[in-house]
Amino acid sequence: MMIEYQNIFTRVQVHGPVDYGVPMKPGNWPREQGTTTNWLMGILGDSQIGPIYLGTLGIASLLCGFIAIEIIGLNMLASVNWSPIEFVRQLFWLGLEPPPAKYGLGLAPLNDGGWWQMAGFFLTASILLWWLRTYRRARALGMGTHIAWAFAAAIWLYLVLGFIRPLLLGNFSEAVPFGIFPHLDWTAAFSIRYGNLFYNPFHMLSIAFLYGSALLFAMHGATILAVSRLGGEREIEQIIDRGTASERAALFWRWTMGFNATMESIHRWAWWFAVLCPLVGGIGILLTGTVVDNWYLWAVKHGVAPMYPLDLTAPVLDPAAAAQ
Amino acid sequence: MKLSASVLTASLLGTVVATLLVIPMMLQWERPPMDSQQLGYRGLGMEQITNPRIAKTLEALNKAPVPDDPVENDGVLVKDDPENYKNVQVLGDLDTAQFNRLMNSISNWVAPQEGDNAGCAYCHNLENMASDELYTKVVARRMLQMTRTINTKYATHVQQTGVTCYTCHRGNAVPANVWSMNPGPKQAGGFAASRNGQNLGGSAVPAYASLPYDPFTTLFAPNAQIRVVASTALPGGTGGSIQDTEKTYGLMMHMSDGLGVNCTFCHNSRQFSSWKESRPQRVTAWHGIKMVSEVNHSYMDPLATVFPDNRKGPMGDTLKVNCATCHNGINKPLYGFSMSKAYPELSVPNP
Repeated sequence: MMIEYQNIFTRVQVHGPVDYGVPMKPGNWPREQGTTTNWLMGILGDSQIGPIYLGTLGIASLLCGFIAIEIIGLNMLASVNWSPIEFVRQLFWLGLEPPPAKYGLGLAPLNDGGWWQMAGFFLTASILLWWLRTYRRARALGMGTHIAWAFAAAIWLYLVLGFIRPLLLGNFSEAVPFGIFPHLDWTAAFSIRYGNLFYNPFHMLSIAFLYGSALLFAMHGATILAVSRLGGEREIEQIIDRGTASERAALFWRWTMGFNATMESIHRWAWWFAVLCPLVGGIGILLTGTVVDNWYLWAVKHGVAPMYPLDLTAPVLDPAAAAQ
Repeated sequence: MKLSASVLTASLLGTVVATLLVIPMMLQWERPPMDSQQLGYRGLGMEQITNPRIAKTLEALNKAPVPDDPVENDGVLVKDDPENYKNVQVLGDLDTAQFNRLMNSISNWVAPQEGDNAGCAYCHNLENMASDELYTKVVARRMLQMTRTINTKYATHVQQTGVTCYTCHRGNAVPANVWSMNPGPKQAGGFAASRNGQNLGGSAVPAYASLPYDPFTTLFAPNAQIRVVASTALPGGTGGSIQDTEKTYGLMMHMSDGLGVNCTFCHNSRQFSSWKESRPQRVTAWHGIKMVSEVNHSYMDPLATVFPDNRKGPMGDTLKVNCATCHNGINKPLYGFSMSKAYPELSVPNP
C-alpha cells in the first residue's frame, strides 16, 4: 500500500452523498443545486463539482473580465487585419499598448492607447469585484478572510504596475502593455531603464519570498504526504491534538535542521511568505522611477554593489564625452 | 486495477499534450553543445556563446575573397588622358592601369553575372562609357566617395582593415542585408489600436522579439538619442521612456544578431550604460553607429532621387545600411580579412 502515497495523483476519491455546505443566511442568493462528480477532477482535487455560487458580484466580475478580454483580443485581431490565421500564428507577439507619454494621465484616443485604458478599467473592475466576492463568500461560510487578503496582496502589485505608479509619474505610458511577449519585453526594458532591478532591495526580498514560498510549499507538501499513512493529513485536528504522524514529522525536521514548524505555524509561514512576495515586490516597483531612478547606481552609492577588477592599463571611456 | 489503468491513460494523455506543445518551441532551439569563451572578469557571465555547427555554415558564407592581381602603373593619370577618360569625377588622380583594375574588380564585386546588364554594362552604356544615363553609374560614383569617407574618417570603426565594395556587396547588386523604413504589415486601422511599431511575430528585426521592428529610422538619424538608462541614482538625471528603451533594445538585438555576438561582447550586463565596465569593443561599436548614421544620412538618403522605385522601400526611401550590411553575422566582417589593402586608392580622401 505504500505505493499509494507516492503517486503524483490523488488516489483516494470519495463518492458519497453530495455536500451542499452550511445553511445560507438571508441576503444570499440560493446556491445552484446542480452538482456532479467527475473522476478526472477527482485525480487532481475533489471529485464533487458544484454547487457553484455566482451571485451579483460573480456575474458583474465575469462580465467586466469578458469585456476586458474582448477589447484586448479584438484589438490584437485588428492589428493583423482581422486574419484569424495570423492571429493564431502571432498570438504570443501581439499586444495592446498603453498610451504614449504625450497624453499624460488624460484619456487617449482609442487607437493610441484609449483601448488599453478601457481594457485596464474593466480588468481592474473585474479583479476588484472578484476580490469582494472572495471576501463575502468567506464570510457567508463563517470562515476567516485570509484568502481575500492574500489575493489583495497580488492585486496590490497589479495596481502598482498598471495604475498607482503611472499615477505618481504622471503618465500611463509607464504602465505594462497587454500581451505575452509585449509584457515580457516591457519587464526587460523596465529593468534596463531603471538601472537593473536586481539591485532593488525590495526586488531581492520579493525573490526571497517567491523562492521561499516554493521551498516551504515543497517541504510542507512532502512532509504531510510522507506521514499521511500515519494519519498526518488530518492537519487541522493535529494542531491541538498531536498524533504520531505529527510527532514523527516534527522529529524529522528537528533531526535534519534542528527546528520544526507546528501544524499551525507552517500554514502561517506559508501564508506570509506568499503574501510578502507581491507585497514587497509592489513596494519595489512603486519606488522605481519615483524615488530611485537607477538601482545599480543607488547600490554603488550605498556599498551594495561590489566593483570588479578593471583593466586599468586600457580604461574604456565614453567616446561621446571624449568628443565634447 | 481499473483505477491504475485509467491513471496511466491520463498520464499518457498529459505527456502527449505537453510534448505537442513543446515541439514547436524546440524547433526554434539550437542543439547543444555550445562553445563558450570567457570575455570578462570571472563570475560576471561575460562570455561569448557560439554554436560550432552554425559557425561552420557562417565560415562558408564569409570566405575571404581573392583580390585581383596588382598591375604595373601606366605612368599616366586618368585626368591627364581626357581623350579616353571622360567624366571621371572621383578617380581622376588614379593611374589609368589602376583605374582599369579597380573598374574590373568593382564589376566582379557588384555585378559578376553574365548577360546584357551585368559586368561593365551594369553601370555603363558600353557605347559611351562616360555617359551618366544609367542610374547605377551615378550611385556607384557616390558609393566610391562613401567608401573613401569610411576608410579615411572612420578608422575608429574599420581600423586598418578598411572596407571595399565587396565588404557589403559580395557579388550582389544590392547587399543581402539592408533596411528601409518599415510600416509593418497592414492593420485594420480606424479606431482599432495601432501596433505602435512593435508586437510583430516572426520579424527578423529585432531578432524575433516583439520589440519595435524599425529601430533604425529614429536611432540611426544624426544625433539620435540612443541612451535610455537613468544617469543618476535618484530622479533628476537623463533617461528615456519605456518605449524609447524598447527601441534601443531592438537596435541592440539587431547588433547582436548582425554581429553574431551576445550582449556581453560589449557590455557588462549588470549595468548596460557603464562605460568603464564595458569591453573596448563597445567604443568601436559606438563609432560604428556614428558611421552608419553618416553613411545613411549623407550618402544613401540623398540618392532617393536617383534610385528607381524598385530599388526603394515601401515608404519610398532608399535601401539603407545597418550593422548586418557589412558584418553579415560576423563580429569582424570577412573575419578581419583586409581587402582594402590591395586597393589603396579606396583609402584616400575624396578630391
